[in-house]
Amino acid sequence: MADETKHIDAITGTATTGHEWDGLRELNTPLPRWWLWLFYVTIIWAVGYWVVYPAWPLITSSTQGVIGWHSRAAVETDIADLKATRGPMVGKLAAASVAEIIADPQLLDFARAQGRVAFADNCAPCHGAGGGGAKGYPNLNDDDWLWGGKLADIENTVRHGARSGDDKAHQGNMPPFAGVLKPNEISAVADFARSLSGLPAEQGADLALGKKVFAENCAACHGPEGKGNRELGAPNLTDKIWLYGPSKETIMQGILNGRGGVMPAWQGRIDESTIKALVVYVWTFGGGEK
Amino acid sequence: MNTQAASTTLDRAASDAPGLAHLVAAAEVGAPEPDDEIPLYAPRRKIYPQSTHGLFRRIKWAVLIVTLGIYYLLPFVRWDRGPNAPSQAVLIDFPSRRFYFFFIEIWPQEVYYLTGLLILAAIGLFLMNAIAGRVWCGYLCPQTVWTDLFFAVERLVEGDRREHMQRDARKWTVQTWARKGLKHFIWLMIAWWTGGAWVLYFADAPTLVRDLATGQASIVAYAWIGILTFTTYALAGHMREQVCLYMCPWPRIQAALTDEYALNVTYRYDRGEPRCSVKKAEQLRAHGEPAGDCVDCLQCVHVCPTGVDIRQGASLGCIQCGLCIDACDNIMAKLGRPTRLIAYDTDINVKLRIEGKPSIYRLVRMRTILYAAIIALAGSVMIYTLATRGSEGISVIHDRNPMYVQLKDGTLRNGYTIRIVNKQLKYRDFLINVDGLPSTLVEFVGLPPRADGSQQLVSVGPDQTKEVRVVVTDYSTTPPAPSASILFRLTDINSGDVAEMRDHFFGPGGE
Repeated sequence: MADETKHIDAITGTATTGHEWDGLRELNTPLPRWWLWLFYVTIIWAVGYWVVYPAWPLITSSTQGVIGWHSRAAVETDIADLKATRGPMVGKLAAASVAEIIADPQLLDFARAQGRVAFADNCAPCHGAGGGGAKGYPNLNDDDWLWGGKLADIENTVRHGARSGDDKAHQGNMPPFAGVLKPNEISAVADFARSLSGLPAEQGADLALGKKVFAENCAACHGPEGKGNRELGAPNLTDKIWLYGPSKETIMQGILNGRGGVMPAWQGRIDESTIKALVVYVWTFGGGEK
Repeated sequence: MNTQAASTTLDRAASDAPGLAHLVAAAEVGAPEPDDEIPLYAPRRKIYPQSTHGLFRRIKWAVLIVTLGIYYLLPFVRWDRGPNAPSQAVLIDFPSRRFYFFFIEIWPQEVYYLTGLLILAAIGLFLMNAIAGRVWCGYLCPQTVWTDLFFAVERLVEGDRREHMQRDARKWTVQTWARKGLKHFIWLMIAWWTGGAWVLYFADAPTLVRDLATGQASIVAYAWIGILTFTTYALAGHMREQVCLYMCPWPRIQAALTDEYALNVTYRYDRGEPRCSVKKAEQLRAHGEPAGDCVDCLQCVHVCPTGVDIRQGASLGCIQCGLCIDACDNIMAKLGRPTRLIAYDTDINVKLRIEGKPSIYRLVRMRTILYAAIIALAGSVMIYTLATRGSEGISVIHDRNPMYVQLKDGTLRNGYTIRIVNKQLKYRDFLINVDGLPSTLVEFVGLPPRADGSQQLVSVGPDQTKEVRVVVTDYSTTPPAPSASILFRLTDINSGDVAEMRDHFFGPGGE
């Protein structure tokens, strides 16, 4: 409750503001007057901002400010500065072949740095942040390549993709065998495919039938020994790496419905130096073939 | 501390005690006496500190000359580090991210040395405070040093306290204006030089001076000179004691850190009271009645740069510069009385003397011992780590995704990114070994393979780092452990210096 008579505090001898709460009084310790002036100065300063910078919203736009500053223009200037700084190295990268990039330590460092960022922006959604892959999306760190792991192979895949609609894209897919093969044949050939890489067969599996079905239907693409064919993107079935998983159910699904994962073509979507940087970056994950 | 110290002062004569209000009012220079219309804002009262001479004035001059001398001239001191590094003794090189201090070079990742310095500075401040109060405020603080210099210029141009006050009070003549103009010009020159010296710590000083003079330095350099010219001129020329009274946090922190045995600039009221004129005192003494030494000449108040009356006890406004001690000593000497009526002392001692007991000085006590021990400890750790730090280093980052890779034949592979640090100012060749697993293939991406698969030679430029990607494949026939320890060792092939970093080799179940 405000006490209208200004009270002098007995202990300190200081005047109070007249405010009192349950016997507690607020001492009046005056602020220096220049402090008040600083407050007014900040208000004037704020008015300056309205004049100089874009500030007040209008119906369809806003006031533009007298110096014409705009955050979008500032970002564009920054990006232009960055491009100018990187320009010489980016030019070298675009002009060199990927093999030349690998051979030049300075270019290699630059390409890997650029590749790391470009990979995170464009490739990580499917292949994982470090290229670790996911079900249906190949792990780029291992030594198993559907379409080849040499620099030129990787470059080809990045540029044109697989089943992407690009003229030079990798073609060929796993056709569906539903209606072509009987259920017991599908089960048998799935067991046989698993046995190729040493996985245990189910009890009562008819591996002989599976081998026969494989030879008649699968060997054309996957090869008589199941070692695959990179021309067609047919996976090697004898190794420990399974793109969609090694369970019998998964394999039977693949046989029944077919498989045809799509890798988009990147040529035309990202610039030349970025494509090369990505190829080099992926190759240096550790699985790249000489 | 204000309340405690002040109330001990006031205990002595509660009858004529003006109350803390006077102390606070004295601290807040210019606060008017409270009346019915209590103002919310206090006007500024201009302070005209009078010049004085004596021990503490000499100490302050010496500190001013040494500290400002270091500040203005240090950037020009040269230190030869060879062709691959700057030759400036003290340099904060932002573009290259290096800090040079004579023979010490600090990289950004060693910024913890700054933490050590800050600990030393803070505890050093506490120790000063525990021994002799606001030593920092009175002698060393940049605000005090530059304000002191600006006061000296003011007295030189506009005259000492009395002359200056009289001239300000009279109608201003052309000569008054000319004097004021000259004073502000000299102040601005000092402020400008202060800002100029500041930027010299961030670039090669002689080159920058030439660039500044020919208008070729960067806009950033000119902007910083402008900013620091303004702040120096405003803070030392115009804000002065207001900085200490209203802006600085240290007087508040200091009040919470001090104790009753810390020496402070103290008015010894056991000797000084009751105050009376010289003649009155002589009469009283002749009659054998008590007479204080204080003749109420107000010299202590007139020399004070913050305008406080030390006789009202310690207060927030007192920066304890000791100038009132000099002023009072000069008066006491003239009157033939003992000096040090105002001196570094404690309120406890004043009370003890009133009771007829001997004074107690406890400079060595738990507080000062602890502070000194912390300083010694932090200082020793700093010196030890600085003296024994290696000039090479290796850091290893294990791939996060994927944690491990299974190859076609089922063997496991882990990827690492290693960074090699060469802090010497010359090219160095390092051998990298990877140990810990029985049979591995170690590949260094982008580097030519060597006959011995687990070693690799890497050349790192002067004062640089190099990043190398390493892929380790485990060919052991036994099933791999979920997580095995693996050691990266870096060896300088010329000096034999070694740096090591441990990491892990993961397999299924190890992530």
